[in-house]
Amino acid sequence: MRRIISVLLENEPGALSRVVGLFSQRNYNIETLTVAATEDPTLSRMTVTTSGSDKIIEQITKQLNKLIEVVKLVDLTEGTHIERELMLIKVKAAGSQRSEVKRTVEIFRGQIVDVTSSVYTVQLAGNSGKLDAFIQAIGDTCILEVVRSGVSGIARGEKILSL
Amino acid sequence: MELLSGADMIARFLQDEGIEYIYGYPGGSVLHIYDALFRQDKVKHILVRHEQAAAHMADGYARATGKAGTVLVTSGPGATNTITGIATAFTDSIPMVVLCGQVPSTLVGEDAFQETDMMGVSRPVVKHNLTVRHPSEIPEILKKAYYLAQTGRPGPVVVDIPKDMTTPNERYEYVYPKSVKLRSYNPVLRGHAGQIKKAVDMLLAAKRPILYAGGGVILGKASDKLTELARLLDYPVTNTLMGLGGYPATDRQHLGMLGMHGSYEANMAMHHADLIVSIGARFDDRVTNAIEKFCPGARIVHIDIDPASISKTVEVDVPIVGPVDSVLSEMLVLIKESKLSIDKDALAAWWKSIEEWKQFHGGRYESCDEHIKPQKVIEALYKVTKGDAFVTSDVGQHQMFAAQYYKFDKPNRWINSGGLGTMGFGFPAAMGVKLNFPDHDVVCVTGEGSIQMNIQELSTCKQYDLPVKVLILNNGTLGMVKQWQDMNYESRHAQSYMKSLPDFTKLVEAYGHVGLEVDKLEDLESTLEKAFSMKDKLVFINVHVDPHEHVYPMQVARGSMNDMWLSKTERT
Repeated sequence: MRRIISVLLENEPGALSRVVGLFSQRNYNIETLTVAATEDPTLSRMTVTTSGSDKIIEQITKQLNKLIEVVKLVDLTEGTHIERELMLIKVKAAGSQRSEVKRTVEIFRGQIVDVTSSVYTVQLAGNSGKLDAFIQAIGDTCILEVVRSGVSGIARGEKILSL
Repeated sequence: MELLSGADMIARFLQDEGIEYIYGYPGGSVLHIYDALFRQDKVKHILVRHEQAAAHMADGYARATGKAGTVLVTSGPGATNTITGIATAFTDSIPMVVLCGQVPSTLVGEDAFQETDMMGVSRPVVKHNLTVRHPSEIPEILKKAYYLAQTGRPGPVVVDIPKDMTTPNERYEYVYPKSVKLRSYNPVLRGHAGQIKKAVDMLLAAKRPILYAGGGVILGKASDKLTELARLLDYPVTNTLMGLGGYPATDRQHLGMLGMHGSYEANMAMHHADLIVSIGARFDDRVTNAIEKFCPGARIVHIDIDPASISKTVEVDVPIVGPVDSVLSEMLVLIKESKLSIDKDALAAWWKSIEEWKQFHGGRYESCDEHIKPQKVIEALYKVTKGDAFVTSDVGQHQMFAAQYYKFDKPNRWINSGGLGTMGFGFPAAMGVKLNFPDHDVVCVTGEGSIQMNIQELSTCKQYDLPVKVLILNNGTLGMVKQWQDMNYESRHAQSYMKSLPDFTKLVEAYGHVGLEVDKLEDLESTLEKAFSMKDKLVFINVHVDPHEHVYPMQVARGSMNDMWLSKTERT
């Protein structure tokens, strides 16, 4: 099952490599990984999406917790949560395609953030499924380049992950 | 306020931390540190002949004392040579601090001479590693290193020190940090009271209980508590390879080692138990055999300081995360207070089965007129050293024979590379023990294959007068490899036979030590007596043993715990 694990870790050189190393070393799967400093510059917030049996996920969280630089972590998928991913996608937009692409972007509530005579660059945010659906709707033949940020997530309601 | 250079801070910190010996090898990146060590005399440095041995020496010291051993090596090859030693310590959760030189920070990343990314190279085999970015950080970083290495589940910590952090003429304030706190690292100090209560109820209700105790009992200094618990309840105890000595082996309630080469009674008792209490053990594949067939009738309590060890391989019913010493203490209190009492009839029936299993096999092996049996050598060693020596071993058949036939009654006396299985470990580990326990008998039980992996340390022993005893069970083959080839590859002995072995006696004499040879059984004990009577000499005893012997019992691969070969022809 797909899980979203949010990790607070010390914002120190090498901390990220320990997390990535752990996944490869123990044969765990990373689907996406995002990381950036938080409002407290000594802390980074990392979101990892992974998949595996309950037993594997339990090991992943335990092994992550064992890393000295990991301060706290939560499996967001255990509760209600919001997940977002940002995509920048360059698509062919010439002739009759232009209006068709624009309409699809509007349906998905995306924005065209850069334009040339033959190319639109579209920005789209949402959960990963929505971005997948957009890619499908636009169709392979139109797509020139896709950049996805990986998933960021946060728990719903008053639950917070902080020190 | 005291101003010191980074190099002097390191020397001073080691003094303040109470470090008596460090093990290492100098080189370009650590010359400032070596100069600082030269200018003081509290911390003594042992110069090995290969950096791997420095790590094993520190490891041997740590296993015998429970305190972190310290290693100092230069950058590049000096550092990478310690990796096997670090990994050995990591797999067995042994506290160690490895100080590695690094090229100056200004050159890092430029593929400078003797530059290796030691942080990256060591990362998968350390509990943690730290790099020094400013000389003023040195005291705190070193304190962190020792704190991390020795608390929680212990392990090796590497400190990467670029040369410019130790420049002699750059001085900074030095204060010895008495303690250190990390917001992201808080080892558990007590087990969960509710879980402990649950475990005690299960313990008292059990009909066929067994205590399965591992290396955590020794690392967690909980042998006395384990012994008290077992005796209070009259329950049987089995030890893992790492746990030997955690419960007195000569005690009636001890069933010996369990697992791949465990005793018949230990494996039978595990398989038929209705309750297994795992204490500081980790359900390693060399213990469980096939997971899906593991102890089908047993409920499992698992006490471990590391939550990640719990339900990693075998699903457990009652997990207890905490130091074994404190958890066992709390269990003892609850048991003594409890109104429940154990089922004496069920326990008597259980002991009857166990006694029958003991009688059935009892560690027997075939005798032989032509050759000395390796088991015999260990029995003789046990007799001559009165069961009280520190015994280190390398890896292979000799290791299993030592584990099976030397009865360890005390913790910290059996020192072997259980998890990683590092050949070449035993001799330098014995040196580390002997240096710190000069009045005790310290013997490395090894084979003619393993000893050659760190034999250069004979020279270190000469330099520092380290009169360890080295006992070779010389069968002229890589015995364990050969055993597997006999059993699984129709005796095709691919590369398991070593041609042109050296004349070990001449070799050790060339290094200035004493070599003894044993070919006949009648000379065995007297030769060992002679060797151990030479208190101030390193004596190398080369015993020619049966080249065809196998280690039994041996679990049948992919079977259950009680699925064993008992000899070359008998199977359970």
